[in-house]
Amino acid sequence: MTGSSVLFDAPGPRALIRNRIISVVAVVLTLLALWVVYSKFEAKGQLTAAKWEPFLTGNLWKTYLLPGIQGTLTAAAVSIVLALVLGFLLGVGRLSHQPVISWFCAVFVEFFRAVPVLIMMIFAYFLYAQYDVVPSKYLALAGVITGLTLYNGAVIAEIVRSGVNALPKGQAEAASALGLRWGQTMRAILLPQAVTSMLPVLISQLVVVLKDTAIGYQITFLEMVRQGTNVGAAYSNYIPALTVVALLMIAVNFTLSHFATVVERRLRRSKRGPAPMHADEPVTQGAFGAGAGGTI
Amino acid sequence: MLHFGDNAYDLVGAFWTTIQLTFLSAIGALILGTLLAAMRLSPVPMLAWLGTAYVNVVRNTPLTLILLFCSFGLAGTLGITLVDRNSPTSIDDSNFRLAVLGLSVYTAAFVCETVRSGVNTVPLGQAEAARSLGFTFSQNLRIVLLPQAFRSVLIPLGSVLIALTKNTTIASAIGVAEAALLMKAMVENQADLLLISGIFAAGFVVLTLPMGLLFGWLGKRLAVAR
Repeated sequence: MTGSSVLFDAPGPRALIRNRIISVVAVVLTLLALWVVYSKFEAKGQLTAAKWEPFLTGNLWKTYLLPGIQGTLTAAAVSIVLALVLGFLLGVGRLSHQPVISWFCAVFVEFFRAVPVLIMMIFAYFLYAQYDVVPSKYLALAGVITGLTLYNGAVIAEIVRSGVNALPKGQAEAASALGLRWGQTMRAILLPQAVTSMLPVLISQLVVVLKDTAIGYQITFLEMVRQGTNVGAAYSNYIPALTVVALLMIAVNFTLSHFATVVERRLRRSKRGPAPMHADEPVTQGAFGAGAGGTI
Repeated sequence: MLHFGDNAYDLVGAFWTTIQLTFLSAIGALILGTLLAAMRLSPVPMLAWLGTAYVNVVRNTPLTLILLFCSFGLAGTLGITLVDRNSPTSIDDSNFRLAVLGLSVYTAAFVCETVRSGVNTVPLGQAEAARSLGFTFSQNLRIVLLPQAFRSVLIPLGSVLIALTKNTTIASAIGVAEAALLMKAMVENQADLLLISGIFAAGFVVLTLPMGLLFGWLGKRLAVAR
């Protein structure tokens, strides 16, 4: 269905009036709700200029927010790179014709898609602490990276697999007719095409990684949300602090999501290569019919 | 009760809380998400805009932040605790209910997008036929589009609910006594890290795999034959 206009008739004069009334009521209700929240925060003194002023000082940013942003970006960047490597290995492994390899990869992927990221982070954090694997300064960072890499690696493996499976059969058949081996077919024919169609989904996966660094909050990782609460505790301005962190997060993630849909639209317009996968639809090709994954 | 040395841990109770969080938030998210989808599809541009704004804001915010907002903002600052202050378990109940609220609000954005993509799978002729019979938009949506849309997105909807099950662990950030909070307490006090983590990981596999199988089966069985 293209556009939602088929769902209803073009509004006539009466419908236009009705739509306007509904619009006005909706806006009034929304503003009323926002005003109630605003006035209550105001009454509690959370919105006075004094509570916002610290955000104009370099000290707050230098001590709290910038280290938080740095933590979030470091964890996200390292995790997405490692997850891409792991995901491609597992995804290709799962497509392998060696039953042992494909079976192992399938179990690995399904297991790590079923276990919450937080459980993996807690496990990795305490594992590294017990065996002194990393210096204690980097314990939380290593825990976050491990959790995010394992989970997103499993999700990317499924994206790779469905990307390759979605290619026309003729591609692999032509390759084998030319005498290419399985590895050559994968490397030279299938993966390059699959990567193009996967691009929008991989960009949206970056949003998931960025958001999920916040789970590190619970293993004392210094990321944006943790630093937001630290600001709140230091200046007793929880609401402004969390609002600023939320705005920063939404700005970055919204830009990335938008970029993903732009890439998808461009790929869809081009006549070369396979159709791109949808940027914001969950991947649902798990062996059990419905695995968790996608952009949630 | 699970005994480790001298300590006993209420493993079943923690997972029961996880299940309750999942179930209640799933209901909340399905209702709110369907409403949002209806708003985004509606002929009133303002409602569509509001629905889009909600989805874009909520989908791009970390769940931890939403739950902390519920805890610090609603309960801490506004005093909206969703409980009777005089009840003896008011703090635990308040955290639990705020977590359900936060999880519902967050998951609703994803339910909305899933339902909307389901409506897009319904062939044009269905909506056109409904309109030519004189159905209003809400009749069209209620009687023709949504029933078919839900049946075609059961599998992705299952994925969203599985993700919700796993996301309930984040409720431990505001002190809800569910599985992840118990796991943290256990690994801090006991030595058997591998065993404890294995138990909790297995617990979640046991919760999510049947859900995946159920929704996969339902999705195939109830798919609209076209």
